Amino acid sequence: MKVLVPVKRAIDYNVKISVKSDGSGVDQANVKMSMNPFDEIAIEEATKLKEAGKVTEIVAVTIGPDKAQDTIRTAMAIGADRGILVKTDAPTDIGGVEPLAVAKALKAITEKENPDFIIMGKQSIDDDSNQTGQMLAALLNWGQGTFASELELGDGTATVTREIDGGLETLELKLPAIITTDLRLNEPRYVKLPDIMKAKKKQLDTMTPEDLGVDFTPRLSVVKIAEPAERVGGGKVTNIDELIDKLKNEAKVI
Amino acid sequence: MSVLVIAEHDHTSIKPVTLNVVTAARKIDADVHVLVAGTDCAGAAEAASKIHGITKVFKCDAPELSHRLAENMAPIIVDLAAGYSHVLAPASTFGKNVMPRAAALLDTQQISDITAVHDAETFDRPIYAGNAIATVKSSDEKKLITVRGTAFDAVAAEGGSSPIEETSSKGNAGLSSFAKQELSKSDRPELTAAKIVVSGGRGVGSKENFAIIEKLADKLGAAVGASRAAVDAGYVPNDYQVGQTGKVVAPELYIAIGISGAIQHLAGMKGSKTIVAINKDEEAPIFGVADYGLVADLFDAVPELEGKL
Ligand SMILES: Cc1cc2nc3c(=O)[nH]c(=O)nc-3n(C[C@H](O)[C@H](O)[C@H](O)COP(=O)(O)OP(=O)(O)OC[C@H]3O[C@@H](n4cnc5c(N)ncnc54)[C@H](O)[C@@H]3O)c2cc1C
Ligand SMILES: Nc1ncnc2c1ncn2[C@@H]1O[C@H](COP(=O)(O)O)[C@@H](O)[C@H]1O
Repeated sequence: MKVLVPVKRAIDYNVKISVKSDGSGVDQANVKMSMNPFDEIAIEEATKLKEAGKVTEIVAVTIGPDKAQDTIRTAMAIGADRGILVKTDAPTDIGGVEPLAVAKALKAITEKENPDFIIMGKQSIDDDSNQTGQMLAALLNWGQGTFASELELGDGTATVTREIDGGLETLELKLPAIITTDLRLNEPRYVKLPDIMKAKKKQLDTMTPEDLGVDFTPRLSVVKIAEPAERVGGGKVTNIDELIDKLKNEAKVI
Repeated sequence: MSVLVIAEHDHTSIKPVTLNVVTAARKIDADVHVLVAGTDCAGAAEAASKIHGITKVFKCDAPELSHRLAENMAPIIVDLAAGYSHVLAPASTFGKNVMPRAAALLDTQQISDITAVHDAETFDRPIYAGNAIATVKSSDEKKLITVRGTAFDAVAAEGGSSPIEETSSKGNAGLSSFAKQELSKSDRPELTAAKIVVSGGRGVGSKENFAIIEKLADKLGAAVGASRAAVDAGYVPNDYQVGQTGKVVAPELYIAIGISGAIQHLAGMKGSKTIVAINKDEEAPIFGVADYGLVADLFDAVPELEGKL
């Protein structure tokens, strides 16, 4: 089976971001960038399935600037066989390439590549949209198994356990289908240096939105990006009696 | 034009978050309708018709909607959307799963997880785990939106008497089917609606130890939450996770115990009215957002607190 894995380059989850003073966006200059953590989980899952003999080829796709090639190379170091960069200089976090546009680009690639399924992150940790997988499933008229914590491939089917608000739900999807990953699906491996070296030799094709016939014009315009209201914290109590007294008489919450 | 709200329900009753979404809808337009789509969902439709401040309920009752699979739900929303300028759903796992599918079918760029309505086109939404707030203006003809429930007050669940109109399902898409579910059973209040939340993190150390967190929660009539680390370690089920990629809560009182306060966790609880942190490391970032921080070993402090309440 062939699997397509969309991976996104985003500010590393450990970075404390700063909002640009003109309110136009979030500062990306000299900031550590990494693969979106949920996409790392997706590529890990695809790689495990390949190691188990269920998947034969893994194609990683990213939509982003030239630099997003690094993200594809990381995917290759984990296990992707090939990579595709859809090059755009528009921001991919906010005010640029939006989930609907990404889904349209991925649809065009899917039609060229004909994967048996697509596994991708449930959410980008920069735009926090949680949309692209569901949108792609709609555009392809495929089934969707979102927020997956377990995945089992059968004969023309995928059994997906999903993390939902009340607990867990298991669905059976007809293949081809889209699966989006949640945190508990697996623990991505640590990439080793020899794998990073090997990744450099793998095939990486570059194309443009125009090649795919997709219009990236945003539908949402950014009025402004602001810092959230700062919470005033840092108050301390020295013992439980004081805590109970404050909660009863000052905060009046118990 | 009017606004359509997609109700979250369990077929017999309406989930409270629906009431918060109605408030957001009423900030856009006074004419708000509610869709209840499910199986044998007359109970939920009746309950919806009593919601204060709405004018009509659509009931879509069909066997293929028993687990509200996105593939079967989206076409119903697409069909009804023709009559509305805006369609809103809660940013719960239900809304997050279904709405983008409908949005793509309508060629609309969904606006996720809004926390404020400026006007019918302009909305606030948190990005980067709530470390930035984006104000965005939509140029789409139809606006599909998911709403962060904790950012809007609830309308009254009673007092209305809207007419219920039947609408038909678009059938079973045949792309997916429900196999089973494992729902966490609890008599405690629902996490996102609770007035008090007591959360434990990795510092709690084990599933067995989590009993002291639960005991404190029960004394306070609180819901129990957790950090990702506590869920990953198997101390508690996945749906206890509070944070950027879990649930967002904003209770009157949030008590964080043995939680360091990573930005991803703060994203889910920073909006709480009063925050208490109990942690043995006085440098823990959670103290930076706490109103009342107590530097202590949780195994001494929590039983003492529970005993003295
Ligand atoms: C993509 C992504 C998404 C994420 N989403 C979320 C999310 O939604 N929610 C979330 O919570 N996290 C999330 N995280 C994880 C987050 O980054 C942190 O790793 C996590 O929140 C840490 O949990 P913790 O505070 O329980 O553990 P730790 O950071 O290990 O902290 C444990 C704390 O317990 C204290 N402690 C230990 N023993 C005691 C004791 N006896 N008494 C008192 N205090 C004690 C320690 O001092 C420490 O501060 C996400 C991470 C990523 C990469
Ligand atoms: N620019 C992009 N390039 C590749 N994949 C993307 C891109 N944007 C989003 N995705 C995929 O879609 C998932 C959900 O993203 P989002 O809808 O933005 O929260 C991510 O985890 C990725 O797998």
